[in-house]
Amino acid sequence: MLFIENLSKRFDTSLDRPLFEQVTLRLAPGESVAIMGESGVGKSTLLNCIAGLEPVDGGRIRLGDKNLTALDEDDFARLRRRDFGFVFQAFHLLPHLTLAQNVALPLWLLDQDEASADRIAHAMLERVGLGNRADDWPRHISGGEMQRVAIARALVHQPSLVLCDEPTGNLDPARAQGVLELLFQGIRTTGAIGILVTHSRMAAAYADRILRLTPLGLAAEPVSS
Amino acid sequence: MRMSTTLRHVFLASLWRRRLATALSLLAIALGVALGLAVQLIHAAALDEFGRGMRLLSGEADLQVVGPQSGFDEAIYLRLAQRAEVAEASPLLEIEARLPGRDTSLRVFGIDLFRAAWVTPSLMPMAEVPANGTPPDRIAPTSGRDVRLHALQSDTLFLSPAAASRLGLANGDELRVQVGTRESGLQVAGSVPGAGVGQALAVMDIAAAQQTFERIGRLTRIDLRLAPGIDRGQARKALSDLLPPGVTILTPADAQSEVQGLSRAYRVNLTMLAAIALLSGGFLVFSAQWLAVVRRRQEFAFLRALGLDRGGLKRGLLAEGALLGLFGGLIGVVLAYLLTAIAFSLIGGDLGAGYFRGLAPELRLEPGLILFHLALAVVAGLGGAWLPAREAARMIPAHGLRTGDEADAFQALPRWGTTLTLLVVAALLCFLPPLDGLPLGGYLAVALLLVGAVMALPGVTPWSMRLLPGHRSTLMRLARARLAAAPGQAVVAGAGVVASVALAVSMAIMVSSFRDSLEDWLTQMLPADLYLRASSAGTSGYLEPESVDRVALLPGVRTVRPIRFETLRLGESGEALTLIARLVEEGSGLPLVAGTLTPASRPGADPPAWISEAMADRLGLGVDDRIDLPLGEGVQPFQVAGIWRDYARQQGAIVIEMEIFRTLTGDGRVNDLGLFLAGGTNPTQVMSDIRDLLGERVSDMILPGELRAMILQVFDRTFLVTYLMEAVAVMIGLFGISTSFAALAASRRKELGILRHLGLRRRQIGNLLAVEAALIAAVGVAIGLGAGGAIAVVLIEVINRQSFHWSMDIQLPVGVLLVFSLAMILLSALAARLSGRQAMRQDAVLAVREDW
Repeated sequence: MLFIENLSKRFDTSLDRPLFEQVTLRLAPGESVAIMGESGVGKSTLLNCIAGLEPVDGGRIRLGDKNLTALDEDDFARLRRRDFGFVFQAFHLLPHLTLAQNVALPLWLLDQDEASADRIAHAMLERVGLGNRADDWPRHISGGEMQRVAIARALVHQPSLVLCDEPTGNLDPARAQGVLELLFQGIRTTGAIGILVTHSRMAAAYADRILRLTPLGLAAEPVSS
Repeated sequence: MRMSTTLRHVFLASLWRRRLATALSLLAIALGVALGLAVQLIHAAALDEFGRGMRLLSGEADLQVVGPQSGFDEAIYLRLAQRAEVAEASPLLEIEARLPGRDTSLRVFGIDLFRAAWVTPSLMPMAEVPANGTPPDRIAPTSGRDVRLHALQSDTLFLSPAAASRLGLANGDELRVQVGTRESGLQVAGSVPGAGVGQALAVMDIAAAQQTFERIGRLTRIDLRLAPGIDRGQARKALSDLLPPGVTILTPADAQSEVQGLSRAYRVNLTMLAAIALLSGGFLVFSAQWLAVVRRRQEFAFLRALGLDRGGLKRGLLAEGALLGLFGGLIGVVLAYLLTAIAFSLIGGDLGAGYFRGLAPELRLEPGLILFHLALAVVAGLGGAWLPAREAARMIPAHGLRTGDEADAFQALPRWGTTLTLLVVAALLCFLPPLDGLPLGGYLAVALLLVGAVMALPGVTPWSMRLLPGHRSTLMRLARARLAAAPGQAVVAGAGVVASVALAVSMAIMVSSFRDSLEDWLTQMLPADLYLRASSAGTSGYLEPESVDRVALLPGVRTVRPIRFETLRLGESGEALTLIARLVEEGSGLPLVAGTLTPASRPGADPPAWISEAMADRLGLGVDDRIDLPLGEGVQPFQVAGIWRDYARQQGAIVIEMEIFRTLTGDGRVNDLGLFLAGGTNPTQVMSDIRDLLGERVSDMILPGELRAMILQVFDRTFLVTYLMEAVAVMIGLFGISTSFAALAASRRKELGILRHLGLRRRQIGNLLAVEAALIAAVGVAIGLGAGGAIAVVLIEVINRQSFHWSMDIQLPVGVLLVFSLAMILLSALAARLSGRQAMRQDAVLAVREDW
């Protein structure tokens, strides 16, 4: 279970004005949520706070029995290694690693030996339809294919939490659909908790719930809007 | 966390991807290591060869009795030989024989053949053997004498193989030697096979040597082999009590360490210059690593998101720096051996200080030195990578994930506090006394000044941009705005400039000051119109009083000033110093830094003496202090009347009045003669008259202008290595600017692409980069000039003073510095323009649309 209680974040420590506050959320394993909101409301910042990539200014986050807000940076990094997967708008594939190596990267960070990491990475690439491109470089594939590789990388180590920041922001609608199907299928198959931050109603519709982030917390998103 | 796979693929592989920057970093470190290691290898080989020669000549001797260069009474030998502690005593007379008509001298050892066999067998001569190898015919075909008695003949000597080869002489040939102003012929009767390779020397019977060189009753050394079971230290103490003042007992190692000590300062200074070159290499690594970290911000932020902890990120980047250092060091080691081999073939083992002239050292593997320099190279690489690694680890990952956030990396905060602290500590270090004769405080101060100068960049850059007047040019406004807002860019690109300019400027000021001071010193030391010498000081040629009188009476000679040199040994330690006896008066050519040339004479007062700065430093003496000199049969106290600057004798020198020297010693001989000519006299005519009077080959004459020019030529040759290092430092600085701007331009492709979108043409982008580089270089040069000046003061007032005991007047070569500064700024602008060409390509426009 993921518990987020009264999370708050100030926009700038020199100002007393919060970016958001009173953010509370509970998610069970296998459950996914899409968070929408206006530009600049702090959707990506909320994601970064959940992932420990930015410090929070108030509230608590628990994953299972672990109090994430009490962890120091390095402990959080070690936790992310095991339990978190990320899919970003900008793909963030390392250009100097092959597709298979990009997918294997989380396994390397978990001390897995190169040979077995490579095998698992190849298998993941097969599942996302890129098994025959394993030894290609990122510069040789399209945006949609890059995002598939990113999804494979996010799921290769079977994380308990998958965080997605505008995963289809750089893709055309046709490719976006394919990517979203792959992403949520993977989340459901692994039983992970999925949090998707997006502008796109189409993307949000894939999640079990849609919420809207406001300065005063999360609210249920009306179905008609 | 085991890092091997991530380390290999993510961090170390990036060095291969940035091949140009990596290659330049490797080169910079390699050059620093090559220079430093080459200096050490040359010196170690030369010292080893020198030591080997000394050990060979010392043979079995446990102790050596030495005294003034003119020798001591041979009665001391009998006193010592009869002592129970002494098993064998071997007397020697060592003469540096001038060879008329040749520009070299020869070490001649007069030995007691029967004693030397027990103590220094390597000096034993061997009479000639017929070529057919049959038992030697007792009557030598060339001389008609019994070969077995050759060694005892008064007119024969034996040459070592090196001497025979150098002089082109064979058995039976005649060698002419100069004694005073006379020539004397000696027949080569055989060889000294035990002399080491490269040891050019001659051996003859001691009595014959005393007679030939007019040193009847004098010895210069007694080698002692102690009886079994006798403690060397105790024997030394006991036997010292039997010796007159000015004669002392040393171990053979003491003599070697004397030269080692003198040459050490020279070697350490060269090594420190190489270390500073290595430091410049470290700054280049810093620039390259910082820029790489900027370009890889998103990659690192993403890896942090995936779970790479801060320590892992730091370790990865430090590993890159260490690898750069290691490979740069390995290349440097290979280069060092190449340089050393070239140096041996060109200049032998002497690095310019003159202590190892004539040696032929061999190239050897020195694992200890190699490992040490490799370690230094790794430290330089780690040092350069440390700050970028720390900054990368401190980055908030969320900020790094945002595109276009590279500006954060250049938000270097001014560090006035750190800069000021470094400068203050550097100043305080200058007051530390030398440690074991080495100016370590001075060296540390130089390093801190360099670091402090670089730390000043983020503060000085925006401040100086604000000082610039408003400009109509868009490019200038853009460049100023960027540097004011992102001074970190100046740090990255300018660090190498500051370091190399500071080094080059400090060396230029020091060398210019030294040269000017030397020239001034020479002018003061050489007031006469013409100089005559029978031979260089310490060799067998000299001028008799009668010869001096005759020269003084030559037409055109207004007056003569004789000078006599002697080597004395002072105190228990037997430290050698040079005694100079001459006339001392105003205008007589003694450059004082303290005291007076004309002290008030009081009845009963000790006679005056003038000591050199080196002697004052070494013995802790000042004006009005007393010093006892072993002259004549006893010890004569003198009062220090003044301290003078001496660039010729590092071990120290003391000047006393000629009259007093002659009164105490009864020695009227003269080494040098300064001639003051009457107005309108042609020196050439006087030189011709002297040749007619004394002979063609037994005297050297030189005009002061020629002598000054010759000495300055030697000076320039000596500093050749220094000039080379300056050039290396400047090149490193320019490389730094070039690679930094290439990398900066690549990391700013989006920004520059936006400018292209807004209408700037390709050429204008290039000019913008050139203007930025010129501004950065101008700030770097300005800081470098200041730092260089401060370092020059440390070099002159602390390092040189404590290493060599020389003082010099600071001289700024303003013209040279101005030209150099302008050249650096222009070259930097050119380098940036050329290397930023990537940014002017069409795809820079497309970069605006990229996230990655």
